[in-house]
Amino acid sequence: MPTAKVNGQEVEFENGMTVLQVAELAGEEIPRFCYHERLSIAGNCRMCLVEVKPGPPKPQASCALPAMDGQEITTNSPKVKKAREGVMEFLLINHPLDCPICDQGGECDLQDQAMAYGRDGSRFAENKRAVEDKEMGPIIKTEMTRCIQCTRCVRFITEVAGSPQIGATGRGEDLEITTYLESAVTSELSGNVIDLCPVGALTSKPYAFQARPWELKKHEGIDVMDAMGSWIRIDTRGPDVMRVLPRQNDEINEEWLSDKSRYAIDGLRTQRLDTPYVRQKGKLKPATWDEAFAAIESQLSGADAKTIGAIAGDLNEVEGLKAALDLFRSLGVQNTDCREAGAVYGAPGAPRESYLFTCGFEGLEQADAVLIIGSNPRLEAPVLNARLRKMWLKGSAEIGLVGPVMDLTYGYDHLGDEAGALEDLAKGKGAFAKVLKAAKRPALIIGTGALSRPDAAAILNAISEIAQKYKVVREGWSGWNLMHTAAGRVGALDLGFVPGKGGMDTAKMLAAAKAGKLSTLFVLGADEAVADADLGESFVVYVGHHGDAGASKANVILPAAAYTEKPGMYVNMEGRVQAMGRCVFPKGEAKDDWAIFRALSERLGKTLPYDSLADLRARLIADHPTFGRLGYAPEPQGFDLTALASKASKISTKPLTGAVDNFYFTNAIARASQTMATCAKLQSEAQPTNANAKVTA
Amino acid sequence: MSVRRLAPADQQPQSFKFTPKSLEVVKFWMGKYPEARKRSAVIPLLWVVQKQEGWVSEPAIQLIAEMLEMPVIRVLEVATFYTMFHLHPVGKNVFQVCGTTPCMLRGANDLKAACKKHMGPKDTVSKDGLFTWQEVECLGACANAPMVQINDYYYEDLTVESLEKLIADLKAGKKPKPGPYVKRFNSAPEGGEKTLLDPALYDGHLGKPAKTLPNAPTTGKSKKEKA
Repeated sequence: MPTAKVNGQEVEFENGMTVLQVAELAGEEIPRFCYHERLSIAGNCRMCLVEVKPGPPKPQASCALPAMDGQEITTNSPKVKKAREGVMEFLLINHPLDCPICDQGGECDLQDQAMAYGRDGSRFAENKRAVEDKEMGPIIKTEMTRCIQCTRCVRFITEVAGSPQIGATGRGEDLEITTYLESAVTSELSGNVIDLCPVGALTSKPYAFQARPWELKKHEGIDVMDAMGSWIRIDTRGPDVMRVLPRQNDEINEEWLSDKSRYAIDGLRTQRLDTPYVRQKGKLKPATWDEAFAAIESQLSGADAKTIGAIAGDLNEVEGLKAALDLFRSLGVQNTDCREAGAVYGAPGAPRESYLFTCGFEGLEQADAVLIIGSNPRLEAPVLNARLRKMWLKGSAEIGLVGPVMDLTYGYDHLGDEAGALEDLAKGKGAFAKVLKAAKRPALIIGTGALSRPDAAAILNAISEIAQKYKVVREGWSGWNLMHTAAGRVGALDLGFVPGKGGMDTAKMLAAAKAGKLSTLFVLGADEAVADADLGESFVVYVGHHGDAGASKANVILPAAAYTEKPGMYVNMEGRVQAMGRCVFPKGEAKDDWAIFRALSERLGKTLPYDSLADLRARLIADHPTFGRLGYAPEPQGFDLTALASKASKISTKPLTGAVDNFYFTNAIARASQTMATCAKLQSEAQPTNANAKVTA
Repeated sequence: MSVRRLAPADQQPQSFKFTPKSLEVVKFWMGKYPEARKRSAVIPLLWVVQKQEGWVSEPAIQLIAEMLEMPVIRVLEVATFYTMFHLHPVGKNVFQVCGTTPCMLRGANDLKAACKKHMGPKDTVSKDGLFTWQEVECLGACANAPMVQINDYYYEDLTVESLEKLIADLKAGKKPKPGPYVKRFNSAPEGGEKTLLDPALYDGHLGKPAKTLPNAPTTGKSKKEKA
C-alpha cells in the first residue's frame, strides 16, 4: 500500500484516495463546505487547502487532489492557515451577518469554521450581494443571500435522489441556486438537502423559527414511517417532538432520510387520543380507564374465544404486541393477525427468511441482477431506492420490473404489468431471463402488494418457481427479499402474531365481522386494515394513538403511545432488531401499549406474568431468542423455497401494483400531518419529470 | 453583468417550434454526438433557436430539454451562463457596442449616445422592432476601435456619422458591408502601408543561399555510420 506523510506522520492509504481522505486517516480535520463523502467532488469552496510536496508551491484543494505515494502533506503550517483565512474572508464577503435570526445558527458549518479561520472584522466596504429567495416547496425554506454556492444540494438531488430539479443558474457573482421556474422539489428525499446545506440558505420550512439547537434534547431513535428501520435522532423540547434528523448508519440509511420520516412528526400533535373513550348511544364519550376496562370486561365475560379477534397494525412495537398476544392466547383467542387482508407471506410455520429482506440493504449492492415484483421502492422505501439508484449508476446491476411503469429514478427493463410476465420468466422466456440466468448474485425484491391480493398464493408460487429456476438462494448468497412497508410487521411476525391453531386471518376476521359472527374485534392501531371494512355489529376495541379510521369505528378506545413516546423494539425488514427509548411522554391519559394490556389482563383475571418492561423483555427474549440480538441483521441465509409452492388457482390479469399509492399518507401519524397533506397535494398536481429513467418495454 | 433571468411570462411565446430549415441544422448537430452523449448538443441547439427567433424563450428551453432527454434545469443553467444567449426579446438588429478601454478612448461613448438617440435606451427593443443595442466588453478588435458588432458581423472604425449611416441603411432594409469604415484593409494602416516600403527589401539581395536546411535529413555520412 502507498504511504504518505501527513504533518510528518506516516500513513498508509489505498490507491485512489484523495489528499483530504488521507489527512483524515491521519486524524487531521480538514475544513470543508462543498466536499461530501457521498457526493461527487466539486472542489469549488476552496476551504480544504493544504500544502503538498512534491507539487506546486501554492496551497492545493485537498478534496480534489489524488494522493500519491511518498507525498508530504502539511495541514497545519502558517501558510495553510493564512490561505484558509483568505478563503474564509472571501466567503464572508457576501454572507449576511444575520446569524441571530438564522435557523442554522448553532449548527452552522460556516459559523463554526469562522471561529477558527475568520477575521475579527470585515475589510469589505462595498455593498454585499443580495439574492432573491426561491420557492422550493413545502419542505425547503430558502434564504438565498446566505448561499455560498457549494452546490451540495444540486449534486444530491441529481446524483442521490435522482430527480434533477435543483440547479445553479447564472455565473460568477450572479450564480444562483434555484429550481426550474421556482417549482417545488418533488423528490421523496428532498429534506436531505437541508442537512447538506452547510449554511442557512436551505432550512426546514415546518421547523422555521421553532427552536434553537441548544434548547433541544436529542434522543436516538428508530424510524417507523417505513420498514427500513432508519436510524434517526429525535429532537424534543418539553413535551413536543420538534424535529427528526437522520443518524448515520451505512448498513441501513447511510445518512439519508425520507421526507415522511422527517416531517410527518407534526402529525404527533394533532388528532391525538389522549383519554379513553366509550361509545354510548352511538356516540364516543370521554371516559376513565376504569370505565373503559369495565366496558371491555362486560363484553368479554362469557364470550366465546372463537368470536374474538385481534388485528395488529403497522406501527406497533414488539413489547406491546407481545403483551397483547400473551393476553389473547391466555384467553384462548386464536384469531390474531398482523398482516393486511389476503396476505400470504409469513404464514404460520413459514421459515423466518421467507418474509425477510434476506440479503440486507448493504448486501443488495453486491447483487448483479435485481428483479422488482409488484413493488414501488421509491414510495415504499425511498432510502433503499436511492441505494438501487446508486447500483444502477455504478452499472453493477441490471434491474427488471414486473408491475406498472413508473419513475423509479433509474432505468429498468419493464417486463410487463401483470403476473403473466412472471410465468414467462419462470419458463425462461425473454431477455431478462438471460440476465437472471447469467447473474452470479440475482436478487428478487417482492412487494407485499403482490402478496396480498386474492390470487396471492398463485403469485407466490410463481415467484418461488422463478427463485428456484434462477437459484436466487444459493451457496453464499440469498437474494429472496420481501419489501415490507410497515415498521411493526416483521417484529409481529417474529412474535408469531399470526392466526393460532384454527384461527382466522385478517381477511376472514373482517368477513366474519361483516357477517355478524365476530363478537369482539381488537384493533391494535390497524387503521389501514379496517379503514374500508364493514365491521357489522362487532364490538370494536381500538388501541392506538390517533383518531383515525380505526378509532372512528370503535366502541371503546384505549389511548396508547406513539413511537416517540414509548420505549420499544422494532424489527426492520432485514430482520434487524433495534430498540429505542422514550423521547417524550404519552399525551394526556395515554399509556404505553404493553402497560395497557398488562392492566387489562389483570382486570380480566388473566394477569400477565410481568410487572415491568424489563421483565417483559426478559420473557420476550426467552420465548423468542431472535430478539436478544440487538442491532444486527441476520446473516444472509437460504431456506427451502419449495415450502412456498402451492397448487394455487390461476393468476388474475390485474396489474401488480405496489403496496403504497400515496407516499405521504401511509400511516395514522402521516395522515394527521399538515406538512404531509401539503406535500401530497403538490405531488398530485406535479408533472413527473425525469430525464434519467429510460424504460425499455 | 447582472442577474440573468428568463423574460417575464407575458413576453414568452405560447410555444416554440423549429422551422424545417433550422431542424436540418438541429439534426446535423445532434448527429455529431453519440446517443448516450446527446446532451452535448445543448449549446449548438440554443444557438439554432437564437438564430431562428433572435432570442431564447422558455418554451424553446423546454423543447431542447425534451429533444436531448435532459433535465430542463440543466438547459436553463447553460442558457443563463452564457451571455451570448439573449433571454429577452430583441430587435432584428442587435448592436453590441464595445465599451472597453481602447474603444472608449476612440469614441465609444459617442457611439453609445448615438445608439441611445436612434434606438432608445440600451437593452430594450426600439419602437419599430428593428433595433436593440447593448454595451459589451472587449470583442477583440481593438486595432479597429471603436467598433460595434451587429448580429454576426463586426463594423469597425466607426464614427457617429458612419454609425448613423449604418442605422439608416438597416432601417431601409439594406445590408451594409461589414469591416472597417475608414479607408483601410482589415487592420492594415489607413491610406496604405507605412512601413517596409523600400523596394530594395524585396529584390532578394538580403537573402543568402542556404547550404543546408536545418531539418534536412542527413546524407551519406550517417549511412556510413550505420553500415
